[in-house]
Amino acid sequence: MSGRGVAKAPAGAAAAAPAVTERPERGDGRRSGAARRGRWTPWLYLAPALLVLGGLLLYPIYQLVLISFLKYTQAQVSGGEPTTFEGLANYTRLFGDEQFWEVLTTTVVFAAVCVVATLAVGCALAVLLTRIRALPRLALMLAALGAWATPAITGSTVWVFLFDPDYGPVNRVLVWFGLGGFQDYSWTYGRYSAFALVLFEVVWCSFPFVMVTVYAGIKAIPQEVLEAASLDGASQWRIWRAVMAPMLRPILVVVTIQSIIWDFKVFTQIYVMTDGGGVAGQNLVLNVYAYQKAFASSQYSLGSAIGVVMLLILLVVTLVYLRLLRRRGEEL
Amino acid sequence: MRVPRIRKPWRLVAEATALLVAAVVAFPLYWMVLSALKPAGEVQSTEPRPWTLHPSLDAFRRVLDQEDFGRYFLNSLLVAGTVVIASALIAFLAATAVTRFKFRFRTTLLVMFLVAQMVPVEALTIPMFFLMRDMGESVPAIGLNTLGSLILPHIAFSLPFAIWMLRGFVRAVPESLEEQAALDGASRTRFLWQILFPLVLPGLVATSVFSFISAWNDFLFARTFIISDTENSTLPMALLVFFKDEGNDWGGIMAASTLMTIPVLIFFVLVQRRLVSGLGGAVKE
Repeated sequence: MSGRGVAKAPAGAAAAAPAVTERPERGDGRRSGAARRGRWTPWLYLAPALLVLGGLLLYPIYQLVLISFLKYTQAQVSGGEPTTFEGLANYTRLFGDEQFWEVLTTTVVFAAVCVVATLAVGCALAVLLTRIRALPRLALMLAALGAWATPAITGSTVWVFLFDPDYGPVNRVLVWFGLGGFQDYSWTYGRYSAFALVLFEVVWCSFPFVMVTVYAGIKAIPQEVLEAASLDGASQWRIWRAVMAPMLRPILVVVTIQSIIWDFKVFTQIYVMTDGGGVAGQNLVLNVYAYQKAFASSQYSLGSAIGVVMLLILLVVTLVYLRLLRRRGEEL
Repeated sequence: MRVPRIRKPWRLVAEATALLVAAVVAFPLYWMVLSALKPAGEVQSTEPRPWTLHPSLDAFRRVLDQEDFGRYFLNSLLVAGTVVIASALIAFLAATAVTRFKFRFRTTLLVMFLVAQMVPVEALTIPMFFLMRDMGESVPAIGLNTLGSLILPHIAFSLPFAIWMLRGFVRAVPESLEEQAALDGASRTRFLWQILFPLVLPGLVATSVFSFISAWNDFLFARTFIISDTENSTLPMALLVFFKDEGNDWGGIMAASTLMTIPVLIFFVLVQRRLVSGLGGAVKE
């Protein structure tokens, strides 16, 4: 990777910008072009995608909902007992279970904290990147790409090792700073400290996406617009509020939605770092909870019911996102 | 590139901050490689030092001596490689269809692709498990304990995002090019693969980062679908071997982690230019 490479990249981002303004005429061209085309051609192109998505996404979703209405445990899986339709029994059981509500609340709160932290760090660093010269920018870019590239499972093991009570360097450094309480302190033992540890890892591996995307977005704003604004005597804050923020909004929406989706579904980090959900399940999130119910205690129907709840929550997020797109008059 | 007018002392503060953040962000990776290179006694020391005077490859040797590590590595590469190529090709065709044609249900399809991105993969592990089990009876290549059972779901999960992201790149290719090609007597298939495909390739590269990562990082499916036939296991499982009840072999874990991170890093370095511009382009459209 060369310094030029990173510096050059935003030019590409800027080059893509005119597509927005040209869209109306292109729309006309498309219509006249479409008439000449065969009616079935688009479906031919779509066929492989629809086949894969239908078979491996849509059908499993249907199955998930179905299983959540059945009695489906080890006995039914092995064929020892017939599968019976149970209606909403699984859901009644689930909603009557105190642990479910606790895990649900935990999941939402944990995901929210992760999203806010990731966005804050990512955006702040993106702005920082625009204010510095090429060399420090390259250093930060490289470090971020490294964190981004690290597989979730290796990231998890490395962070656990960093915070290891016996062999990790973090506690040593904290003690050295005079925080004697961290001598042999186990981060994974306590509920909040374990969540904090996972949070650090999640922010570490997901802020680069936000930083790089927002940075590319800022660089795509034409320099002349900003110069014109400052010539007109607008303050830095005003420029940000009136010029940059509206232009960046689409990008901010995308990174926020992506972060919500990712952080709500965190699995590997929790599973690996807290060893399957923490001491006595104190660090369970919905994902891991569903997995444990299904594959550790063979309650497949209960696990599926949890899956359906997750699906519904994320569907609501999607609908909100779609509304946002609609309101901006975005053409799909 | 111009750096905005900002007073010099503040710029120096900003640059110092950037360097500090870079160091903190890079530290876990540094510690991973360092620990992999430390001799056994030094890794499991209660006085960890940020350097080593006796670098050794013992931990790597332990990992590579571990039965089937090479095989797991190849399996992971095979799974990720197949997912990247297959989903790039399928997504290219689909993105072309939804950007260059007007047809009924086009908007519906687009919304569906968007919704599909949100589906929690982990929740689908349960029905997937039964699906693979049942499919394996008629099509052995995609049943449980096969690489197919890891490849197929990842193609499905990376497709919606890939299609969504590629739209902008396909749209950026001028319509006139297609008309020109038609005038010159090129068939639609020819235009698709010989003109459009190369032009969209930068976008495909940026997209492939996401499918590569999702497939390479996969832990859940590998753990759930590969249960008895361990020769079709992938790298994350090889890592778990070093977690032991009587005490984790941290040197081995860090060496295996390092080996597992290297291919992704190489991939990132190869595509980083495209990645940054690709993200800007896709998001901007």
